[in-house]
Amino acid sequence: MTELKIKTMADFMATGEQPELLFWVGCAGSFDDRAKKITKAIVKILNHVGIKFAVLGTEESCSGDPAKRAGNEFLFQMQAMNNINVLNSYEVKKIVTGCPHCFNTLKNEYPALGGNYEVIHHTQLVQQLIDDGKVKVKEGGAFKGQKITFHDPCYLGRANDVYEAPREVLQKLDSELAEMKRSKAKGFCCGAGGAQMFKEAEKGNKEVNIERTEEALTLNPNIIAVGCPFCMTMMTDGVKHFNKEQQVKVMDVAELISQANDL
Amino acid sequence: MGIANIVFIVLFLAGSALFFVNARKIRRNILLGKDTNRSDNKATRFKLMTLVALGQKKMFSRPIPALLHLFVYVGFVLINIEVLEMIIDGAAGTHRVFSFLNFENFKLYDLMIGVFEILAFLVTFGCLAFLIRRNILNVKRLVMKELNGWPKTDANLILISEILIMGSLFIMNAAEKNLGSTYWFPVSGFIAPIFSGTSESTLHFTVEFCWWFHIVGVLGFLNYLVISKHLHIALAFPNVFFANLNPKGKLSNLQNVTNEVKAMLDTSFVPPAPKEGEVNSFGAKDVFDLSWKQLLDAYTCTECGRCTSSCPANKTGKLLSPRKIMMDTRDRLEEVGKNIDKNKGSFDEDGKSLLGNYITNEELWACTSCNACVQECPVNIDPLSIIIDLRRYMVMEQSAAPNELNLMFSNIENNGAPWQFSPADRLNWANE
Ligand code: SF4
Ligand code: SF4
Repeated sequence: MTELKIKTMADFMATGEQPELLFWVGCAGSFDDRAKKITKAIVKILNHVGIKFAVLGTEESCSGDPAKRAGNEFLFQMQAMNNINVLNSYEVKKIVTGCPHCFNTLKNEYPALGGNYEVIHHTQLVQQLIDDGKVKVKEGGAFKGQKITFHDPCYLGRANDVYEAPREVLQKLDSELAEMKRSKAKGFCCGAGGAQMFKEAEKGNKEVNIERTEEALTLNPNIIAVGCPFCMTMMTDGVKHFNKEQQVKVMDVAELISQANDL
Repeated sequence: MGIANIVFIVLFLAGSALFFVNARKIRRNILLGKDTNRSDNKATRFKLMTLVALGQKKMFSRPIPALLHLFVYVGFVLINIEVLEMIIDGAAGTHRVFSFLNFENFKLYDLMIGVFEILAFLVTFGCLAFLIRRNILNVKRLVMKELNGWPKTDANLILISEILIMGSLFIMNAAEKNLGSTYWFPVSGFIAPIFSGTSESTLHFTVEFCWWFHIVGVLGFLNYLVISKHLHIALAFPNVFFANLNPKGKLSNLQNVTNEVKAMLDTSFVPPAPKEGEVNSFGAKDVFDLSWKQLLDAYTCTECGRCTSSCPANKTGKLLSPRKIMMDTRDRLEEVGKNIDKNKGSFDEDGKSLLGNYITNEELWACTSCNACVQECPVNIDPLSIIIDLRRYMVMEQSAAPNELNLMFSNIENNGAPWQFSPADRLNWANE
């Protein structure tokens, strides 16, 4: 495995250079063990195509999404304004995020507080790279013939109407893309959004992630593809609940592309 | 002008006046909400209204009810031309005043009457099918517990009245045919034989009776709208026009919070003084704290339950139902409106509020903010925005968040992440 090349904004600043792109890692991508692997997969892709990108490193802080969705607008705006200060001081123009929640917040909610950037989700970046011919997926790669189903993250799909980018990427894998009955605009939540990730679910008769995983498993997929670290947690737990972790893997779109290319 | 015409004119004016008085009350109630600017992008809004309200675009993701609804909707709109004829006939003492449209070589009036009959038949068919779906097939979203009581009665009353109003038209035409009328009656022609052998005076009475039944029914129905979920037939249009055009994921920015946060981060920043009479509170506790658009949403809701049937919280047995959020908002607003009527124009504090008396914390905390409800609503209602505004009040005014969320808040505050990790370790993944 090749060494990851990661520079921070501060590193770039020290050499007087400006990166093309800021990679906003997000809290899950920085601290959650499973999500860190997604983060690395994204970095591998960025390294592979040789994009000059930076991360904020220790200068990054929570986007404030869970606070805002939980109703704590104060905390959200504190986070947002501090982040905007950092981003603006580095004159950041273009951001790719590894998380649909950060993507949505930075793209839609930061402008009202003075943060105006071009923000894309990592599946959109990968799609662009494939379209531009910068990332080529090897024929007959690791996932040839495998059945993959994509679980739409609410904050990428309904919240921002991005349905095709992840699918177009997955189509390049030479595998069978199977759709769940509830997909795209009708996609069913994994249960983590709206700050639910950080609390016990309210009283009910089922967990949301179990309902969703059950639906995915009816397709008998080899892989459940996701595009969000929270969906990753929820779907992985769901697969474990059904004792299917031997047969069914949960993987992020970025991981699939990076593995398909042996990155 | 005979006595019947005078009776008709009085009835018609009284019915219309009552409707206007009540419609104005609804307008007043809606305007109790806070201001929000929805007058931008008129062209886009117009297009959206044409597609979603007029064109029923979102209905068609569920084709069967969409088709049945289309029958009722188109029939309802077009038959108003016939109602117009009846109003003129009633006021002027004419009979079928539009019949001059039967020209020498083109029987336009025949065509109209025939088409109306076919439409009336489709309306009747649609309403019957809807009654069956609600009361016999028990389609899940149409029999959920928040519909018990008045909402269920309301839905059935609407359908039954529509069937009766349409039925009176058929019987009237059938009787008229037996009196020798030669207009084209494609539907009532079939039932005309039931009157064979009936005396002429009975036929005349039947025609008269059905005519009055129909027109009084229409006036009654007009006045029924204002207390019914059927109000959507009018409000769907403005409601879609004024809908949120932003990406669904974008939640509103609270400007009063922005002012305070700016003042905290920058001591030289002086926040603008609040407008006179405005209390600086955060989030919504009652209908007064919501925007007029959110209140318009509440009056527009048809209680169809498409939102609730796609809500992941509701699907997994949680208390939350986005439809109930809208029904509660309307019920509370109606209660406030009646209070204002009783107190000659001002609200007499009743110690109640939307949050608490109508909507509970447990419902609100079940929402995943997934936007499925917003996506599904055929008239572009946004239940999520109300949920978030109520959460804001719970968190910022009542400090009533669940403990785990408070822990998450303090983690973000102290560590810049929702979990307890040190911010200094944020880049550790790079070297692991
Ligand atoms: S946004 Fe909330 S209320 Fe609406 S469907 Fe999703 S969980 Fe249910
Ligand atoms: S909010 Fe919309 S989808 Fe939900 S019940 Fe009302 S009209 Fe139907």
